[in-house]
Amino acid sequence: MTTTTVLNDAPTFDNRQDFADELIALARTNDRIVAVCNDSVGSSNLTKFRDEFPDRLINVGIAEQNMVGVGAGLANAGLIPFVCAAGPFLTGRSLEQIKADVAYSQHNVILCGMSPGMAYGELGPTHHSVEDFSWLRPLPGLDIVVPADGAQTRAAVRNAVADPRPTYIRVGRFKVPHVSEDNVGLERGKFVVAREGTDVTIIATGTEVSRALWAAASLASEGVSARVLNATYLSPLDEEAIKDAARQTGAIVTAEEANVAGGLGAAVASVVGQLEDGARVPMRILGLNHFAPTGSTAFLLDHFGLTADHITAAAREVLHRD
Amino acid sequence: MLTADASQAATWRSLRQEVLAGDADSRAVTLHERAQATRRSILKMITDAGQGHIGGDFSVTDILTVLFDAVMNVDPENPRQEDRDHFILSKGHCAAALYSTLAHSGFFPVSELDTFMAPLSALNGHPNRVKVPGVETNTGPLGHGLPVAVGTAIGAKLLNNGARVFVVTGDGEMQEGSNWEALMSASHQKLDNLTVVVDRNRLQQGARTEETNGLDPLDARLAAFGMEVRVVDGHNYNDLIDALRPSTTGSPVAVIANTIKGKGVSFIEDRVEWHHKVPSQEQTLQAFQELS
Repeated sequence: MTTTTVLNDAPTFDNRQDFADELIALARTNDRIVAVCNDSVGSSNLTKFRDEFPDRLINVGIAEQNMVGVGAGLANAGLIPFVCAAGPFLTGRSLEQIKADVAYSQHNVILCGMSPGMAYGELGPTHHSVEDFSWLRPLPGLDIVVPADGAQTRAAVRNAVADPRPTYIRVGRFKVPHVSEDNVGLERGKFVVAREGTDVTIIATGTEVSRALWAAASLASEGVSARVLNATYLSPLDEEAIKDAARQTGAIVTAEEANVAGGLGAAVASVVGQLEDGARVPMRILGLNHFAPTGSTAFLLDHFGLTADHITAAAREVLHRD
Repeated sequence: MLTADASQAATWRSLRQEVLAGDADSRAVTLHERAQATRRSILKMITDAGQGHIGGDFSVTDILTVLFDAVMNVDPENPRQEDRDHFILSKGHCAAALYSTLAHSGFFPVSELDTFMAPLSALNGHPNRVKVPGVETNTGPLGHGLPVAVGTAIGAKLLNNGARVFVVTGDGEMQEGSNWEALMSASHQKLDNLTVVVDRNRLQQGARTEETNGLDPLDARLAAFGMEVRVVDGHNYNDLIDALRPSTTGSPVAVIANTIKGKGVSFIEDRVEWHHKVPSQEQTLQAFQELS
């Protein structure tokens, strides 16, 4: 029985540090690893990488379309490029390059969306990357990986080097507690069962995973057994885990720091709505549905109903519907 | 993925040796024959398919012929060899010209050209590297090939494998901002292994480039972005070969190839409506005669 416990006052960490450390460690033994950025050496935590491998950090300046094209070209030449930029500019500005040059061309580019979600808080919707799931999920052949903590971020980097393929990785900045062991691995296309449960399933991704675990602990004190699935891969999607959750627990809540139009919840609903046995499974989809007002990341997560309390309340709702 | 045609590749190899060994006059004659054969293939592909971009195909044909038959270091039977010279057709809508050139060089059987744009054919209206050997990246939306070429050139330099990178853009395509982002980084990175050829036929889909969003002075603009600029008649084989020589200044090279859209067929040449018009049966016969 899997039960991950995260204390309410657990220390929290910025995943970018683990990302940079793992990338540098791998680059020491694999000289095909290069990094590409759009002037974001500091905000992508690439300063140490640049100091150690000055020729292998390609800074194209503030030019994201060129940045992604250059990444595709580097892959075409035989290298393993990690293209790093703040999520909104990487995915929004260069969406057609991601589609044509990376996904459709099947160039093995690792797109690293730094500081995704609402990590930039008060800087506002221009700097929030909450549409990335909706924009990238329709692209065939592009993996979408959303690590929930530093250890999973390291695993995502290792996977990308071990088996290079077109990939988008969300590299979180908003500090989160550890939800997995050091040196944990990530299996491509599989959710991680963070907690077993039988009455309801909470499928959470990224920053929402620790909150889902808090919610599950709270539900347990009310006598409700909540399963928590950590959606580390949005593409390929773990349809089996979703179907199992639907069949075995009968109710599902999803939680994501992203717009609900086309995100994790929509992906889960498209599986749940087409179950072979026609079963009806009540769902709640937690996420964003409008441009964020001014506020810190923590404030905005509360504003959009993405706290543990909100997840707990949503779980109670779906339970009471049948 | 299509596979190489060994006998066609062998024919191409010996023809290439002949081209490189011959004098300028015989070289021009051989390359002209090759280019006209390619144009005839394109004409057949487009009339059979009932669609295609004949004007731009014909303007770029001589450039492609010179690159594959006289300049680039490629092996049709080993199209992903890491130290190959790379060719990227940024004006992906001229896929028929690229397919025809690749097939005549042995990258895949010439007979495959008959499937151009047919259901489930590898030969889509825009090139797909996953299916067609010799295609380096999938193009179609404009302004994509040059950034990918820049990345490929940076990669070849990092790997120090001597590979050169050639990219052909349309001239109207130079209205895309991404191209200028790429040129800026190409010169900043001192990519002397990169050659950008602008197919300067002065027409885009809707009108003349200079009436739409003027590019001139294109030479000065490219020079201002740090390119070693060469202006050439894009239908003169020996001048093209000379213009495609490596950089002499350490900067990336930009070749403005002055071309005629629809080159080779009188009623198609330099006429805006022939961007993607398909010849009638009667016109097709006349076009074949003019290209023979």
